[in-house]
Amino acid sequence: MARVASLQNIRMTPTAQSARLWEQLRTYLGRGSGAYAFFGLYAAICTWQLFTNPRTSLRTDIFFVLFLLLVFMVYRSATPLWFRGGLTAVLLVVVMPIFGTLNPFYIDVATQAGIFVALALGLNVVVGFAGLLDLGYVAFFAVGAYLWAILSTPQITQINPAWSPVPPIMFYPFVVLGLVIGAVFGILLGLPVLRLRGDYLAIVTLGFGEVIRVLANNLDRPINITNGSQGIREIERPPLILTNFIRETLGWNLSDSQLYQQFFYFVVLLIVIFTVVVVSRLKNSRIGRAWEAIREDETAAVAQGIPRVRMKLMAFAVGASFAGAMGVVFASKQLFINPPTFDLLRSINILAMVILGGMGSIPGSILGAVIVTLLDLQILPRMATVLRDAQRAGVPIPAAFDPTQYQRLLFGILLVLMMIFRPQGILPDERRSEELHAGDEPPSEEEAPPAARAAAESS
Amino acid sequence: MTSNILEARNVTKTFGGLVAVNDVTLTVEKGRIVSVIGPNGAGKTTFFNILTGIYKPDKGTVIFDGTSIAGNRPDIIAALGMRRTFQNIRLFDNMTVLENVLVGMHTHLHAPFWQIVTRAAGVRREEARARQKARELLAYVGLDEKRDDLAKNLPYGDQRRLEIARALAGQPKLILLDEPTAGMNPHETDAATELIRRLRDELGLTVVLIEHDMRLVMAISERITVLDYGTKIAEGDAAAIRSNPRVIEAYLGKGAAGAAA
Repeated sequence: MARVASLQNIRMTPTAQSARLWEQLRTYLGRGSGAYAFFGLYAAICTWQLFTNPRTSLRTDIFFVLFLLLVFMVYRSATPLWFRGGLTAVLLVVVMPIFGTLNPFYIDVATQAGIFVALALGLNVVVGFAGLLDLGYVAFFAVGAYLWAILSTPQITQINPAWSPVPPIMFYPFVVLGLVIGAVFGILLGLPVLRLRGDYLAIVTLGFGEVIRVLANNLDRPINITNGSQGIREIERPPLILTNFIRETLGWNLSDSQLYQQFFYFVVLLIVIFTVVVVSRLKNSRIGRAWEAIREDETAAVAQGIPRVRMKLMAFAVGASFAGAMGVVFASKQLFINPPTFDLLRSINILAMVILGGMGSIPGSILGAVIVTLLDLQILPRMATVLRDAQRAGVPIPAAFDPTQYQRLLFGILLVLMMIFRPQGILPDERRSEELHAGDEPPSEEEAPPAARAAAESS
Repeated sequence: MTSNILEARNVTKTFGGLVAVNDVTLTVEKGRIVSVIGPNGAGKTTFFNILTGIYKPDKGTVIFDGTSIAGNRPDIIAALGMRRTFQNIRLFDNMTVLENVLVGMHTHLHAPFWQIVTRAAGVRREEARARQKARELLAYVGLDEKRDDLAKNLPYGDQRRLEIARALAGQPKLILLDEPTAGMNPHETDAATELIRRLRDELGLTVVLIEHDMRLVMAISERITVLDYGTKIAEGDAAAIRSNPRVIEAYLGKGAAGAAA
């Protein structure tokens, strides 16, 4: 048996070998007492480092990335549920917020990452599960954001002077309303594109996304609904909760803005958890299977009695709803939105998250969203600062070279490299990772040798 | 009233100037195994596509189990209990064998959206039952050990069997098999013949098949319909078809028909 296994190793491509090594490492660290010690120690070191060095710096950046990696590794590990759930909860509900009070930048990055996790998960329903390439996804985010921005500010009096803004406490029902409005717009987009597939679908959805942005840009005349390119300012935040409890009972002297950061962090975290639960339940149900069947072969899916129109619209609606809800939160958190916030690049960014993580894969979308957000907000700007510091210190980098200008280039190169070396994404859907192993088999497609199969199973 | 599960009358379908199916009538009694044969391009698959709703017939009526279905949507026809397999296997390649069968059960699973999201007890029960049933079906066609393989990694013969298992998952009354043994070796063909016979004898299904393998057709069909250039040229039992001069002509040419006669 050992010989068979070694023969297999020779046949394996480098990618497959590294995948195997990774798998072994995962099994080793993911189970048993080794895992408890590893994760415990890792968490302790990270927490200690973050708490003792909260100042924004390269070093803190690195530990922050390691911290997020840890959260993800724990969540994905094969440890018992109490350990996995418990440690994830401690890291996200205790360590992260406390660190956030020490340095507001990082909790903002975490909140943004969370917003994009929900968006990526939503887009993954449409693109990954149902196979409908949607390039205008940010439109639903915009709809949610403008919904709250217009109705919570004096902007509404521009539409009709008799109307008045909704009180800030209405934020909570509006998050739910965002969910509903997102779904409605998802169906509105879905209806005209039902018959389209592939490239044609992509073009029409791209157009839809632009239509929403252009509408937002131009609906300041004849009636000023969106305030046009100037955007909407001073968007309301819900009244703070638990302030007395935190300041007096706990004795933590946090400013309002710190409390709001904490507040939005927790709101986003809750929505992300809600999204993950809903999406994974749908995935393993008759609905999720119907979506995947439509993606795989529409004609065959319909021949199994799957109502094509209904299922596609449901995918569009479910995907869009998370974006709508997050839009409300985003507008409230940012205090200001304008049309360029919702441009095509944003849609493409979200799509890149899904593709980078692995289409159709829930953990993949989460990881993809976190990676892209970190790259965007933290890692690439940090590289730029490091380069600029080097420049100032006399390293011969041409003066005209401004590293901040190259962020998107670096991002592009990363994506291209990714597509060359791991086109299925970082964490492909587990079922689909089998495709990879299938590719490693010798060329005879029929009748895979039983010995190889047995070896693969026993190893 | 009648014991006919399927009555297709005067069905015609044209594509541009080409008459793919011309005034074809086919009635199938409950519990029969019926074959549709004919040379390549005779319109057999087009006829199946009309029956299953992929194409709308230009003329004619199709009555399935007492319901008129001509021009209905394919998913509605499938839900009524008519299932099919495809000539060029159409499995859900990147789903597992078990999931393929579960997709076939779609019309028998009713868990509403909100219950799935809240994972109500009823949903979990239904899902467990469906998995159990799917595994029974896989065992029936001999694929249970491979239930977690991706469909596309199955050997050819297994893919054919999985397609049949997926069709069975819809608990059909009538199953249409489009060339179920195409590309199989004689040994696999024998196994497939046996399976088709069991579908009828054990499950009480009505089977309509398109087939080129005459050995299989003659062995298991109780009635055979012959199409040529979209027109029905003969109908009858195996012996009658074998000696029908028009059939011989269609398959072998005019000279052969004369020689046989």
